Amino acid sequence: MSIKSSRILCAAVAGVWLALAACSGGDNIGAAGSTIRIGEFASLTGKEAAFGQSSHKGTQLAIDEINAAGGLLGKQIEFIYEDNRSTPGESATIAKKLITRDKVVALLGEVASGRSLEAAPIAQSNGIPMISPSSTNPKVTETGDYIFRVCFTDPFQGKLLAEFARKSLKAGKAAVFSDVSAPYSMGLAQYFREPFAASGGQIVSEQKYTGGDKDFKAQLTAIKATRPDVIFVPGYYTDAGLIVAQARQLGITVPLFGGDGWEAPELLQIAGSALEGTYYSTHFSAENSDPKVQQFVAAFRAKYNGETPDAMAALGYDSAMVLADAIRRAGTTEGAKLRDAIAATSGYQGVTGKTTLDAARNATKPAVVITVRDGQFKYLETVNP
Amino acid sequence: MTEFLQQLVNGLALGAVYALIALGYTMVYGVLRFINFAHSEVFMAGAFAGYFLARLIPTGSVVGGLLVLAGAMLICALLGVLIEKLAYRPLRGRSTLTALITAIGVSLLLQNLGQRIFGPNPRSFPVLFPLHYFHLGGVVLSSAQLILFAVTAVLLLGLRHVVMKTRIGTAMRALSFNPVAASLVGINNDRVISFTFALGSALAAAGGILYASSYPSIDPLMGTLPGLKAFVAAVLGGIGNIPGAALGGVVLGLVETLVVALGGSTYRDAVAFAVLILILLFRPNGLLGRLQTEKV
Repeated sequence: MSIKSSRILCAAVAGVWLALAACSGGDNIGAAGSTIRIGEFASLTGKEAAFGQSSHKGTQLAIDEINAAGGLLGKQIEFIYEDNRSTPGESATIAKKLITRDKVVALLGEVASGRSLEAAPIAQSNGIPMISPSSTNPKVTETGDYIFRVCFTDPFQGKLLAEFARKSLKAGKAAVFSDVSAPYSMGLAQYFREPFAASGGQIVSEQKYTGGDKDFKAQLTAIKATRPDVIFVPGYYTDAGLIVAQARQLGITVPLFGGDGWEAPELLQIAGSALEGTYYSTHFSAENSDPKVQQFVAAFRAKYNGETPDAMAALGYDSAMVLADAIRRAGTTEGAKLRDAIAATSGYQGVTGKTTLDAARNATKPAVVITVRDGQFKYLETVNP
Repeated sequence: MTEFLQQLVNGLALGAVYALIALGYTMVYGVLRFINFAHSEVFMAGAFAGYFLARLIPTGSVVGGLLVLAGAMLICALLGVLIEKLAYRPLRGRSTLTALITAIGVSLLLQNLGQRIFGPNPRSFPVLFPLHYFHLGGVVLSSAQLILFAVTAVLLLGLRHVVMKTRIGTAMRALSFNPVAASLVGINNDRVISFTFALGSALAAAGGILYASSYPSIDPLMGTLPGLKAFVAAVLGGIGNIPGAALGGVVLGLVETLVVALGGSTYRDAVAFAVLILILLFRPNGLLGRLQTEKV
């Protein structure tokens, strides 16, 4: 083939490609088309898959319910979700793809603060509102005025856990064992430390690990030597399960406790009977007798083979419902107007309690404390902000 | 003092697992002069084989646990032979770089196959051996750790016996000195190499099961880091040298644990690899690398 003919071929190929791109571009305008596109990035597989799956199921249930009731603004919702495999670096790519290629009007995600922090700047710079169901690190919504969350934040959770340790567990000396690779864990450790020390407690040992480590015995042996009354492990369930099991193996009998990162059935599978007498704080309890909660629990069980929803499922559900409520009030899916409508959310009655978004775009809502007894999660108490 | 003794136990337990994996690296290197990077995936496959076997064989007793261990070692021995046959044998006689790159390819292939077959989510590993805790002063020893030490010691001595005292062991050593001469005196090189892979892979499976028993959460990528650490251990002890690999594993386990004990928990991996760099700079033959006659 001569150079000239190959050039013509190239030009022809490019022309066809552009034409195709233009055609598919027409289909891609979610809001102006026949459906409203909502995107989700989630950890459906990998280390935090139990969280991602739960949250995703809750969100999916909410979308199905909205669509069954006639959709939003007379249109059905088209729900587009992608898996980030619980790995760093994927969420940003997915957020870009969802916004630029799929033209979603809003983003939902993630359970882990670290991955929400990856996607947030992209949503912000594209003027697409993003609602995180359960990222509790304060930095997430500090990214900008398009980023919201429907859960409480770590300063609240840390303070509540510090009070719980001081009053309910009567702890004077605490050890903190946190995950350096997770902003969630580091943040929660920091927000625990200050109120615990301020209320007369003493932090006797600070140890660190990297998420995904398997051997924690060296750190736990060092912690044991400082004789703490309690050990605070603000990490995620896979690591927390191994930590609790290894702590008991080393003969550490004091209570261990953590935050909402603990709540997954996998925790029970990994640590088993070692978990007796451990505690964690979370957003939701299926034992709550509120009719709205019971209705949600029944719908969730009906859809997912009798599975009982946990906090992540409830927050996933609420994140989609808060977004839908805002789209209805805004009467449009245009970015800035939708942002203002979400920001104006006040007293929305969700399954995780009354949701009001404050000026920092965070929700203020109650937390519950759960303990493990006879191999099962048991509701202990509710703490109001 | 109790704290130090407890850390010593922790470090030895970690080191014993590194030693088991390191033996596989070192044996293959000794015979073929190349690093089998797929070894860490055989370690992972061993843990998964144990996970599924534990559903068939009633566990919780020493006999049941040992049966699972033996079954997984057998499965991985076959896997090792298969890998060698399909991936490395066609490249025999090419440069070692070709084999090395193939090994990395096989490693990635197995990792991704594992994610495809087993799914990428961590699973909790069943309790294979009865769990008891022994309190010696302030030091706590678990039955899992005792079994780990016992199995490692038995396998090490057994391996030494195979290599030094049996015909096939003699053939392995002959092959490692000079493959051409070995085949001239009637040694079937293919068979000896297959046997080496089977032996090394079985040890990796044992390592995988003992590791998963101590740290009961397994996933398809679990082999990468322990595999790399075991490679460091093999180089530290002097690659190609069997007692060296065992020594390297124990030293590395102790060093890592002591780094964490002294408060440098975030540097534990960095220190492990710094050891590799230092040993390559100052003693490239490793700690026991001089003892050429011990090479396999």
